[in-house]
Amino acid sequence: MAKPKVAFYWCASCGGCEEAVVDLAEDILTVTDAVDIVLWPVALDFKKKDVEAMQDNEIAVSFINGAIRTSEQEEMVNLLRKKSGLVVAFGSCAHIGGIPGLANFSNREEIFDYVYTKTPSTMNPAKTTPQTNTVVDGYELEIPEFYNTVKTLDQTIDVDYYLPGCAPPLDLIMNAVMAILKGELPEKGAVLAPDKSLCDTCPRNDSKPEKLMMSEIKRPHTVEMDPEKCFLAEGVICLGPATRSGCGERCINANMPCRGCFGPVKGVSDFGAKSLSAIASIMGIEGEEKMTDEDIQKLVDQIADPAGLFYMYSLPSSLLRRKVMK
Amino acid sequence: MFEPKIVAFFCKWCTSAGADLAGTSRMTYKPNIIGIRVMCSSRVDPEHILNAFKNGADGVLIGGCHPGDCHYQSGNYKTLKRITLLRKMINDLGIDKNRLRLEWISAAEGKRFTQVIDGFTDEIQKLGKLKIEQL
Ligand code: SF4
Ligand code: SF4
Ligand code: FES
Repeated sequence: MAKPKVAFYWCASCGGCEEAVVDLAEDILTVTDAVDIVLWPVALDFKKKDVEAMQDNEIAVSFINGAIRTSEQEEMVNLLRKKSGLVVAFGSCAHIGGIPGLANFSNREEIFDYVYTKTPSTMNPAKTTPQTNTVVDGYELEIPEFYNTVKTLDQTIDVDYYLPGCAPPLDLIMNAVMAILKGELPEKGAVLAPDKSLCDTCPRNDSKPEKLMMSEIKRPHTVEMDPEKCFLAEGVICLGPATRSGCGERCINANMPCRGCFGPVKGVSDFGAKSLSAIASIMGIEGEEKMTDEDIQKLVDQIADPAGLFYMYSLPSSLLRRKVMK
Repeated sequence: MFEPKIVAFFCKWCTSAGADLAGTSRMTYKPNIIGIRVMCSSRVDPEHILNAFKNGADGVLIGGCHPGDCHYQSGNYKTLKRITLLRKMINDLGIDKNRLRLEWISAAEGKRFTQVIDGFTDEIQKLGKLKIEQL
């Protein structure tokens, strides 16, 4: 019997998701024994035309990482969608927008202006910026269009499953691959990770006091953090209460608070709004009835950049999707 | 003249009763609000507010009981903290923080209810239409 065909593709991403696949180490042999990899730009020399030559749905599953930022990425994922039975959004950027999604605090014009004229190492008196179409010596050049707004994969094509994380951890990748090979998949649209919150599985959960309160907000680099204690109990914002579990508590074990790369727990449509709500509720609980509006403003102002903090990984998948530009 | 759309969440026990008082006393106020009654101001999730803005609200008003009067003891304290933080966050997301307002209005304050509505409507009128790109 012919082995099922699998494709890996990357869009607006850092390469960490590719690394995660490589990190499967000898496990990858189990995978390559069972499947034929038909596209993997980082490692194998297949081209777009090879995919174009395939039948519709000929690829059993495409794992696509990265957010969608250019017309080329949009074209490639549409092609892969057509040729694949299943599409898995692989990693935070494809799932919820990820770090590249922070570009939605800005737009194309601002980004081009900064990158091509304002950076200290740039000399560009003519203020040349990339153009989709340019004529040079009578030849027309076309490069992919750089979109104004970064999108998630499912805002671009239909997605069957999501593998969350920056990058997805090895056990979840292997579980997903095995479930696909055995045909034991959950309902369409599922996130292939536990439905619990990170706090539920966090080793520091036991040290969480009965009544959590933060009378002062401390930024991680300003405190020496106790490696056993819940961050919130120390006044350091941790987004574990709103974040889906399954990462293996990677940041927590490195003594850093969670920033939500796994996205929200099931049923939440806006990760930032939910985490804001969770954090605001425990701020200054002790004596809250005596606090004046000014006291509360002062407490809140200790969070220097709430939008950047609460939407660090998820701005494109939020309700607003981007900053409202003037 | 620009007629703003304002979504207003009122808690059942105080502000909503204040609105009823204004109504039964035949007081007049500007017609720009779409009122939604909730059990407590703290029931209003930041998600609801962002959803309102996304779907065409030019302003969002939350009305709750005065400090100490919340029917559920401390709901309004939570609301105050959430809204204060959310105002800061929406401002960074390009939505003027003054488009989101929290007011304490009791069941006895029918007059104040009308003043708040008129004042907030004027303010949103000055801020103009909130233009959110539908992506
Ligand atoms: S808030 Fe963070 S440190 Fe505390 S239990 Fe939750 S995930 Fe663990
Ligand atoms: S602790 Fe949070 S930010 Fe870190 S890997 Fe886990 S889900 Fe992602
Ligand atoms: S019941 Fe009115 S604010 Fe809680």
